[in-house]
Amino acid sequence: MEIGLFIPCYINQFYPEVAKATLKLLQKYGNVTYPLSQTCCGQPMANSGCEKDGVDALKVFYDNFKDFDYVVGPSASCVLHVREHGAHLYPTMAPMIDKVFDLTEFIYDVMKEKELQAEFPHKVAIHKSCHGLRGMRLGQCSERVTCDVSKQDVLVEQVTGVTLIQPKRADECCGFGGTFSVSEPDISVRMGTDRLKDYIESGAEYITSGDMSCLMHLDGIIQREKLPIKVIHLAEILASEINSTTTDKEKAYVNAV
Amino acid sequence: MSTQYKNHPAGAKAFNKNPERVSWHDKALWFVREKRDKATHGIPEWEELREIAAQIKAHTLSHLDKYLLQFEEQAQANGIHVHWAKDAQEHNDIVLSILQKHNVKNVVKSKSMLTEECGLNPHLNQHDIDVVDTDLGERIVQLAKEHPSHIVLPAIHKKKEEVGELFHEHLNTEKGATDPTYLTRAAREHLRDKFLQADAAITGVNFAVAESGGFVVCTNEGNVDMGANLAPVHIACMGIEKIIPKVEHLGVFLRLLARSATGQAITTYSSHFHKPKDGKEMHIVLVDNGRTEQLSRDDFRKSLNCIRCGACMNTCPIYRRSGGHSYTYTIPGPIGSILSPGKDLKKHSSLPFASTLCGSCSDVCPVKIDIHTQLYKWRQIIMEETNYDPAKKLSMKMVGKAMGNPKLFKMISKVGNTFLKGPRVLIYNPLNTWGIKRELPVPTQTFDDWYKKNNS
Repeated sequence: MEIGLFIPCYINQFYPEVAKATLKLLQKYGNVTYPLSQTCCGQPMANSGCEKDGVDALKVFYDNFKDFDYVVGPSASCVLHVREHGAHLYPTMAPMIDKVFDLTEFIYDVMKEKELQAEFPHKVAIHKSCHGLRGMRLGQCSERVTCDVSKQDVLVEQVTGVTLIQPKRADECCGFGGTFSVSEPDISVRMGTDRLKDYIESGAEYITSGDMSCLMHLDGIIQREKLPIKVIHLAEILASEINSTTTDKEKAYVNAV
Repeated sequence: MSTQYKNHPAGAKAFNKNPERVSWHDKALWFVREKRDKATHGIPEWEELREIAAQIKAHTLSHLDKYLLQFEEQAQANGIHVHWAKDAQEHNDIVLSILQKHNVKNVVKSKSMLTEECGLNPHLNQHDIDVVDTDLGERIVQLAKEHPSHIVLPAIHKKKEEVGELFHEHLNTEKGATDPTYLTRAAREHLRDKFLQADAAITGVNFAVAESGGFVVCTNEGNVDMGANLAPVHIACMGIEKIIPKVEHLGVFLRLLARSATGQAITTYSSHFHKPKDGKEMHIVLVDNGRTEQLSRDDFRKSLNCIRCGACMNTCPIYRRSGGHSYTYTIPGPIGSILSPGKDLKKHSSLPFASTLCGSCSDVCPVKIDIHTQLYKWRQIIMEETNYDPAKKLSMKMVGKAMGNPKLFKMISKVGNTFLKGPRVLIYNPLNTWGIKRELPVPTQTFDDWYKKNNS
């Protein structure tokens, strides 16, 4: 199986560990290639009302990924953009749309993973990114009267040592929203601050998410305000080495329980 | 008067100057959203109900002419006077002429976002007719000379202390009184007099039924019944999208409306009107005011499904933190942000951008309006057809070009990366709105560089 690794532009620039973890996870399932001339999905233009300016990015995306069996990226948001808008903005890419997956979907739905070998002995809250949750239905949306499986929860629960923490508001938006974060900075920061307060009060050590952009925004506030919580991408938890993240003291604790 | 902000970010900024107030506003509305969740989760067939409602609306909107004419015929047969208004001006003129014919001086009005949309109150005031809003929340904003900040909870932005102050000034309640029961009783007494003095009652319409020629108005305060049953003249004003084909459809919509709006199983009063009482007159004004134009827009037609429950406001994380007055349109929040650009694209151009496109509005909507998708689509039209945010337009064009050219893009990224390693004072300048209250990510070895070293 040939898998094309799609790494969103800002992850390439600022969060290489997320890309490395994604690569490592995918290598379990097939031959993974990272095309070096990929740029971006074009979502920033589209959500800013300039979707046509994002067509060239989609062309580059198509050229880089058209020949793979699967294209997988660690970002529900970027993948959702390709899936929702790719075909009408750049019709040539229509046939490949169904091969493009977010990492959670790929591992859960396509590979039907049941036994992740990973260990992360921490209290973790999952930030349900809106594009993953409501765009891709990766989990139960609090608004809907349905019985959907929360796929990220199921995957994280396969990781040894993780304690899942539920915040008070299960799936409220963090306030990133792409260019919203700079065109409406007051509300954006306020929303992020409120989410962080909820996660901290719920007792989480880490906030994880399938979307690094939400975490980048939240971490921007954490670093500025020096808040007692950390962010980590879901891929990093799912790919964490057995024992590697555990201190001796924590290991003793885990063994004791 | 409520301040009119030039755009949503300006209104949001003003509202956020008082962080405690933002918390209070957010919590008050989140409480309503949670009540709604509880109520809807008690209905296992909720999603099916939404789907049926959406289908009834789609059917009705595609046969709107037929059902409106059927309604007119039935209503006239029942003895109701039916009027057609193409816009706000015509609506206001029709209402005024009915009132003048009856020499009306005092009007009691129940909640109607349509008359708010048409600016009816100032129009009648100009002609020496006194209009008293009888919904408690609307009376509060009327006394404060403000506009509703929410379509179901018009005074949700006002704290009880402010209401106490207002009532002390206008209704002679004790100074410093904040007890909601005491204040409500005072309002009730004050409104009783107004009901008894009224020469005419104006109401809104929640649903008009084509097959029966009757209409339904939902309230929790009974003010519709009090007004319409006491006054000799009843004028009901409705947007043409409020029509439903059959009486049995009320069984779908009434279940959806109250649960979505306030988490109640049903509103305290669902008042059905069919014909005037002996010796009295009943009028209904059917108002277009841009609705047929919206109906002609394929991408935005569905916005006319709206039953004005306000659930999209209660759930919207932006609305809860910016307040209803931060929006430039009568109907605030997500639904207002897809209705308003069709009315005045330039004036309301900031509204479709007052969203993270989180999609919560679309998921709570009881009639399945794809609100966040429509916000996205209005954004495209606004950037194409107006001069909104020219700096963003230019930068998107440039970035878009660069993203189409991998070599150029990687080069620019490298420059940006280097810049971010530079002195803090250069990076955190006033133009960097990200950095006012947030740190930027710290640049490191890119994945590109790591991959080249380790995998080729």
